[in-house]
Amino acid sequence: MDKGPARRDLMVTVLGAVTFFFMLVALLGALVWAPKEATMGDVQRIFYFHMPSAWIALGPGFTVVFALSIAYLATGRLKYDRVAAASAEIGVVFTTITLVTGPLWAKPAWGVYWTWEPRLTTTLVLWFIYVGYLLLRSVAGDGHRRARLAAVYGIVGWVDVPIVFFSIWWWRTIHPRVLTSSGFALDSRMTAVLMVSLAAFTLLYVFLLVLRVRIESMSATVQTLRFRARDRRGGGV
Amino acid sequence: MGPVNALGQAWAITKKDLVAELRGASTIVSMVLLGLLVVLVFNFGTDPGAKDVTLARSGVLWAAFLFAGVIAVGRSFATEKEAGCLDGLLLCPVDRAVIYLGKLVGNLILLFVTGLVILGFFTVLYNVGLGAGSAGLVLVMALASIGFSAIGTLFAAVGAGVRARDALLAVFIFPLLVPLIIAAAHVSTVLLAGQGLGGAGLWPWFLVVYDVIFLAISFMTFDFVVEE
Amino acid sequence: MPAETHRVVAAVEVKNLWKVYGHVEALKGVDLTVAEGSFLTIFGPNGAGKTTLMKVLATLARPTDGSALVGGHDVTKEAGAVRKRVGVISHNTYLYPQLTAMENLAFYGRMYGLKRARERSTQLLEQLGLATRMHDRVATFSRGMQQRLSVARALLHEPELLLLDEPYTGLDQHASRILAGVLEGLRDGQRTVVMTTHNLQEGLESCDRVAILARGRMVFEEAAAEVDHSGFQATYFACVERAWGR
Repeated sequence: MDKGPARRDLMVTVLGAVTFFFMLVALLGALVWAPKEATMGDVQRIFYFHMPSAWIALGPGFTVVFALSIAYLATGRLKYDRVAAASAEIGVVFTTITLVTGPLWAKPAWGVYWTWEPRLTTTLVLWFIYVGYLLLRSVAGDGHRRARLAAVYGIVGWVDVPIVFFSIWWWRTIHPRVLTSSGFALDSRMTAVLMVSLAAFTLLYVFLLVLRVRIESMSATVQTLRFRARDRRGGGV
Repeated sequence: MGPVNALGQAWAITKKDLVAELRGASTIVSMVLLGLLVVLVFNFGTDPGAKDVTLARSGVLWAAFLFAGVIAVGRSFATEKEAGCLDGLLLCPVDRAVIYLGKLVGNLILLFVTGLVILGFFTVLYNVGLGAGSAGLVLVMALASIGFSAIGTLFAAVGAGVRARDALLAVFIFPLLVPLIIAAAHVSTVLLAGQGLGGAGLWPWFLVVYDVIFLAISFMTFDFVVEE
Repeated sequence: MPAETHRVVAAVEVKNLWKVYGHVEALKGVDLTVAEGSFLTIFGPNGAGKTTLMKVLATLARPTDGSALVGGHDVTKEAGAVRKRVGVISHNTYLYPQLTAMENLAFYGRMYGLKRARERSTQLLEQLGLATRMHDRVATFSRGMQQRLSVARALLHEPELLLLDEPYTGLDQHASRILAGVLEGLRDGQRTVVMTTHNLQEGLESCDRVAILARGRMVFEEAAAEVDHSGFQATYFACVERAWGR
């Protein structure tokens, strides 16, 4: 077990460095290198952060929660629950970023803050589900009971998201609004920056996930040790 | 212990819940009153002169249903917690799925009845002529009640375990019910406008699919929620 | 009594039982064997893990580690079989206040799949002196009467093992006397009884064996006959102090 922690630390540091590098490139690309969009101007650059955030929120973020919730219920290993919780926390952050950058972009580009566009609206509902998940965890105590209840919520919530998207999309085709979804064409330079940005955000997600899980593991260990020490000393619980 | 016996046991649980509820009577009364009040209050926010029932008005109907419903499902496990009755049930050699089914049907009946009362109140306030649409409306109310009960019963059990108040329960359930509300509101708008169910397109089927999916998931996960 | 051609199965067999709630270690490797037909009283202060132990035996809580067998059936793997054989009386009455005594019993009878629930219920209600109130709502019963009805509920399916978790809680002198009488009547050698309490007087009266649970561990176990009743209080406190002082 001697080499283990040291190697792991090294890998995390490397991951952090790579993430930093990609983010830097993405920032430069988005703010400097990418061409100015014809109709919307510089405001459009938000897109390079809005879209990847949305991808993380709707994609890996909650899907990891779903998958690990099932894994926890199937195996009973708390580690899965821990990672699921971390993913949900990070997911909330990215979802919030999506929901903030969306209107910030929409207002100057189309004149309204909110469009009831299916993806944005689903993201809003998803935000509530994520927050609900975290809220449930906060009142459910700890240990296996919290893990079980959260897992059930994680499963039901994830199944619900595509249904929500579909129902909103369908609803909108019946009540079309003036605006359409993206409204601009991507040239090759924009696509390149977008790809880098996507990669950067995904790396960031993984990096944050690893860090958060570590903190949680350490916290759990400290708690147990603290409890045992108090126990041995003969003090109260 | 065949399936018929299991159904009988589930029905015994449902009956027990309903009898206890009717004798206590506070829940169903507050549910219905809250539902009617929501319809009334929302009305003051909209144009009183408009003759046709727009989608927004339909939404009011379902908002009322949602608020009333959360009270109902919340209660279904609150009473169990009082004398430790849920533990009492869990002590019995009864399949957890049977317990879930019994509670589900109990909630379903309460919700459906309340929903119909709210619906009646709504059609009176908005001077909607009930014709061919009424059967369709009852159907929509039934489908919505099923979906709501499925998720509501599951999360009421979750909430009972963490002593969640009604508001917290609503926070958990409402985002999950968005598709249900969209579908129900659509179909009811079409029906209230005088068209038959055919005019609602595939939305009724959407409700059915939604119900089936969440009934299945709830049944599968209920076990995990009540064990310790 | 059938001839003992099979290996004698202990009513309760607990081996290295651990139950952990988050960071709280409620039970830390408890070993316990209870012979069929005997009456064991487990003493212990609050937080010792008595209720947790009862819950595991009643299949209301799953062990984190170790095993627990009731009548040879594993509480995790054969929960249904265990539930049929166990009756629980605790400070929770498990009664529905809005239903009548008879309705409560009929309901539980249905849940246990009993064939002649009505007759059995009536018989039990008579035995426990509640026959006159059988059609009254439980909400109108006094605490002592509710506890008695709870006993009826627990005995409905004729369980082989009775778990009594602090049954005297909240009962006044009179009700306690009645309950003690009822419990005495349960000692017919055919039923196994495990009772937990922190009331030293009442606990010692009816039992065959005595045990002390402190801080999740079983620290004492003896036949009641070997225990000096008058000196037991001192023994009890000594055990508890030792468990905490270590």
